[in-house]
Amino acid sequence: MKPVRSKVAVVLVIVASAVPALADDTESVRNCTWCHGASGQGYSPAPRLAGQRPQYIESQLKSFSEHTRDDPFSRQYMWGAVAALSPRMGRALAIHFSKLPAEAANDGDRALAATGKTIYQDGIPDSNIVSCAACHGPNAEGVRDIPRLGGLSYFYVKRRLKQWGEGYHAAAASPMPRIASTLPPNVIDAIASYLSFVK
Amino acid sequence: MKVMRLQLALQIAILAIVFSAAGRAEGAPALSRGGLQAKIEYCKNCHGLSGQGYRGFFPIPRLAGQQTEYFENQLRAFIERRRENRFMYSVSHVLSPATRTALAAHFRTLNPKPLGGASRQLVAAGRKIYDEGIPETNVPACLACHGPDAKGHEAIPRLAGQLHDYILSKLVNWTKERGLDSSNPDTSTVMAATSHAMTRSQVAAVAAYLSFQH
Repeated sequence: MKPVRSKVAVVLVIVASAVPALADDTESVRNCTWCHGASGQGYSPAPRLAGQRPQYIESQLKSFSEHTRDDPFSRQYMWGAVAALSPRMGRALAIHFSKLPAEAANDGDRALAATGKTIYQDGIPDSNIVSCAACHGPNAEGVRDIPRLGGLSYFYVKRRLKQWGEGYHAAAASPMPRIASTLPPNVIDAIASYLSFVK
Repeated sequence: MKVMRLQLALQIAILAIVFSAAGRAEGAPALSRGGLQAKIEYCKNCHGLSGQGYRGFFPIPRLAGQQTEYFENQLRAFIERRRENRFMYSVSHVLSPATRTALAAHFRTLNPKPLGGASRQLVAAGRKIYDEGIPETNVPACLACHGPDAKGHEAIPRLAGQLHDYILSKLVNWTKERGLDSSNPDTSTVMAATSHAMTRSQVAAVAAYLSFQH
């Protein structure tokens, strides 16, 4: 009797102390992967979440909830998606996706990648275009709530840069709308192309 | 021998004329008003809309309220690569001297609240070092040069309200980044010995203290 009871006790202790972690098939995760892809790599209008900075994901969820981020896809899909999402669950999701391995989209224009890299690293001072690397990092890895850009889809990055130039808003306190307004179309194409190939 | 000495003297004379002329000449004029405004906004895209600084991938320093002489000296140091910074070299080597002066004058006028973010617990220790130095290791009191209010004077920079992580990074890496042309030593040598004499945690304390000063 005694050995069985202690075995049962051990099992109970393990079960009770298990930290609730999100798995790929957790309902809240599946709510995201419908659009963002089974491994979070992104699909059509929904960007890759895998390997993204968790603080950035959290800040975007907040901006959807507060309706500060107002581009058409966000309005159509994300405002509703986060309506019932608690901050705590948002954080758990952000952490979950940040740990997934990220794949580069590789969908930019290869002919523009070299030019895009130069602009990304050093900007174009004569045209008052800033270096992206100063904030997003030399390998487009991001930091804190500044997003990782490396490997994001050319179509997504291009769309966001264009939208900010058209007056759509970012999350609060983001300098991107102002910066994107300085970017002519060919510069956007080059930067977005380069980034889609960055691992 | 006499001919060589004459040639050398001539060369030195020519250099002296060229360099003194460069110092006195205005060089290219400042940008047009619209051009200058666009350039100011360009600086502010990284350094903050009020020049308060910004935490990008790297800490980007506060320019607001900076001494104009220091500001202009640093831009020249970046251009001449005596101070190494890829981003700053890129943006500054396209600027005329007159534009650099105009930018310095503009940022001098700004006075936003400090960006903050340092640990308040370090402030007391930092103030003590700032005001009294560290006698045991020959670190002078910072206030002797930077002023009791840390606002600097002429070529000595304002430190008040500077990002703490920026101050830390600069002091810890002082000789790796500055005074890099040994044939052309500059004012950065003033800080070399002090920066080496301070421990990282002493620097962090002073940096925290300074980051809250306004």
